[in-house]
Amino acid sequence: MRTKALTRLLFTIAVFTWLALVFTDLSIHFSLSNGLKPEIAAWLPTVILNIYIIVLFYYYKFKIERDESLNFIDLLWRVFATGLVSTVISLLLRLIEMLLGGTKLTSHFLYLEFTYLINLGLMVSVLLCAFMAWKRLILYQKSKWLIRLWTFFEVGMILSLLYNSLSAPFVQRYYEYVLGLFVLTGLVLSGNMKWVAYLNFRQKWTGLLLLLLTIFYLFYIFITSGALVPEDATTLQVISHSNHIFISSLMIFVAIYSIFSFLVILFNLPTTSVFEQKLEEVVNFQRISQSIQTEQNEESVYNILLETSVSTVFADAAWLEINGTKEEHRLYTYEISEKEARDIIDHLAKQQVRGLLDQNQDKTRNLSKHLGSLRGSRFRSILAYPIYVKGENIGTLALLKELPEGFNKEMNKIVSTFANQAGISIENFRLMEEALQNERYKEELKIAKTVQKSLLPQQLEFDHHFDLVAFSESADEVGGDYYDSLRINDHQTALIIADVSGKGTTAAFHMSQMKGIFHSLAQGCDDPQEFMFRANQALIHCLERGSFISAIFFVIDTKEQTVKYARAGHCPVLYYNSLTDNADYFKDKGVALGMVRNKSYKEFIQQNEFKYAPNDVMVLYTDGITEAKNNKNEQFGDERLNKVLCEVKSLSPSQIQEHLINRLYEFSGTDNIDDDYTTMIIKFKSRT
Amino acid sequence: MIHIKRLQEDGADVVALVGEIDASSSIDLDLAIAKSVGDGFTKILIDCSSLEYISSAGLGVFMSYIEEFREKSIQMVLFGMNEKVANTFQILGLNELLKIAVDKVGAKQMLA
Repeated sequence: MRTKALTRLLFTIAVFTWLALVFTDLSIHFSLSNGLKPEIAAWLPTVILNIYIIVLFYYYKFKIERDESLNFIDLLWRVFATGLVSTVISLLLRLIEMLLGGTKLTSHFLYLEFTYLINLGLMVSVLLCAFMAWKRLILYQKSKWLIRLWTFFEVGMILSLLYNSLSAPFVQRYYEYVLGLFVLTGLVLSGNMKWVAYLNFRQKWTGLLLLLLTIFYLFYIFITSGALVPEDATTLQVISHSNHIFISSLMIFVAIYSIFSFLVILFNLPTTSVFEQKLEEVVNFQRISQSIQTEQNEESVYNILLETSVSTVFADAAWLEINGTKEEHRLYTYEISEKEARDIIDHLAKQQVRGLLDQNQDKTRNLSKHLGSLRGSRFRSILAYPIYVKGENIGTLALLKELPEGFNKEMNKIVSTFANQAGISIENFRLMEEALQNERYKEELKIAKTVQKSLLPQQLEFDHHFDLVAFSESADEVGGDYYDSLRINDHQTALIIADVSGKGTTAAFHMSQMKGIFHSLAQGCDDPQEFMFRANQALIHCLERGSFISAIFFVIDTKEQTVKYARAGHCPVLYYNSLTDNADYFKDKGVALGMVRNKSYKEFIQQNEFKYAPNDVMVLYTDGITEAKNNKNEQFGDERLNKVLCEVKSLSPSQIQEHLINRLYEFSGTDNIDDDYTTMIIKFKSRT
Repeated sequence: MIHIKRLQEDGADVVALVGEIDASSSIDLDLAIAKSVGDGFTKILIDCSSLEYISSAGLGVFMSYIEEFREKSIQMVLFGMNEKVANTFQILGLNELLKIAVDKVGAKQMLA
């Protein structure tokens, strides 16, 4: 809005300045012709003219240079329109002159001077309009150097106005040099014609027409204004443009650039299609690279590749063969029947041409010479491109032409770029799919983790005769460690700790089976050996070859103060005996569950029994604890575990557990455990 | 990482295990034994003298062959285990199911 108000204001000022120019000029003429000494200084009209020029200069600066919405043709149109208006006005003046004939008025010097001033005002207006328009065209692709040169030109021109306003003799002496300098600069600047390349065919024709008419106006103005200068030497010319540097150089510059532009556009017409094609290639390239985001499947990438390649190299036909198994194998065709394509493929295969069918071929191949021997085919040129995804050849793009030698090097290059880009797009698409799939798996694992967490007991059996705590942590999302407790009757409690071989999801599944077995068998079973035998029988049908579960099953009898247990390949129990004040591992025999897949398992399992005393501590653990390694690759080991227990034997089970876990993490020096950790600690209390 | 070398001695296939056997390298162990069986050997000696560690998955491999070997009357003897590895076998009770000798001489005697 501000610019709009400013242009209006500048326009108004320009009109008033022009009126002031007319008034002062005419009054001086009038005074002179009447032999009076003019009251107005003789230099005033020149100064006013220069002010008029500057105001108009800024008017067009705002109207044309700052208006971003104008495109090239709009600019040419503005110049043309301004030229048209001024020419029409000028012609009207001539018409009036002709109509009035040789009356006194038309030959009156004041009338002549008046028409001259009108023409001058219009001419300056047209020239400045063109000047600003050409500035935008020249500076379309800027460089530092170009901007400097232009600034020199523009500032120099404006300074010349000031110079012009000064004393005449000085001006006269250097007139030719200054003008010559400006003309030269204008010529150099006129070499900047890059904008022409961006016009399409239609725009070029429009541009030519507009420029031709503009040149015509300029020519007309030149003639008119030249003719208008009264040749009568007696008439004192107060205002003259002929020795006005600004106007002269402006006129020459505008004319040169107009003619240059006209010629450049004219000679660029035949190559327009090439530029347009290049532009289309870029757009096509973008289409391929962006197709993944917009389209969502591989098929559309293939179709876009086929389409764009064909349109870029003007192929008569094409096909895209995607390798793979029978279902995945696909053939996309363009302007060629599948049979025809197959014929060519078979023919090339028969000719033992390596490249089109050979999947190890990694180069673009021109196979045209092999087509000559195929009868009944309309095609005489063929180009083949492999498409690679992650280094694997997934297919071949073939382009066909009916003309012999139909493909040139540039086409070859651009299509091979397309093929590469299509490969990248497909690769990106596949990676994205994989990432999505991985996200889904992660979600599933999270669910598995919560499900598994719920498999471990939230609350262990409570008894007045012993305290019981447990801790478990998995290396992966889900683990294979298991512990649980179950009350058999009022004086017997069953405990279990188990470790499934392997880690992760399979281990977690077996762990859940173990839980089912424990809860169904332990209900009425106070015989650990029997429990292990039955558990083994049950597990034979669940565990795959090579998998096993190590476990220890305990029955604590608080009435008898005994513990019966059977160990099936699990880490031996660490037991602190308060009477001897000594901690040691129970040495007994037992084969893990699932290792012996028949009824002879009973022979491999031992039942053990011992009496417990108050303050005795029993530590159950999985091999994750004893096999935990420090940075020196040493294992935590049985002895260290024993020592840790002895340090805190008199504390409560939960304190013992906390101490043990702290020691373990201290030892491994990292929170990243690589196996599942589980401990279960039982401390017997004195009978109350 | 495990490195497995096989050489034949007195009609027996000596499979030497060098390194550590964990979940991923247990596959190599499985392949080596399967190959030995495939080659028709009925006497297989497993040299564990350079075996530094074996995980439950590795033990599972030995375990999985027990029944097959009994059916096919193939004899397999492990020997030369260090204390740590031997302990692992012992805890799981595999020493009850597998033939384990102190050294190669002992192992060969067990084969006879």
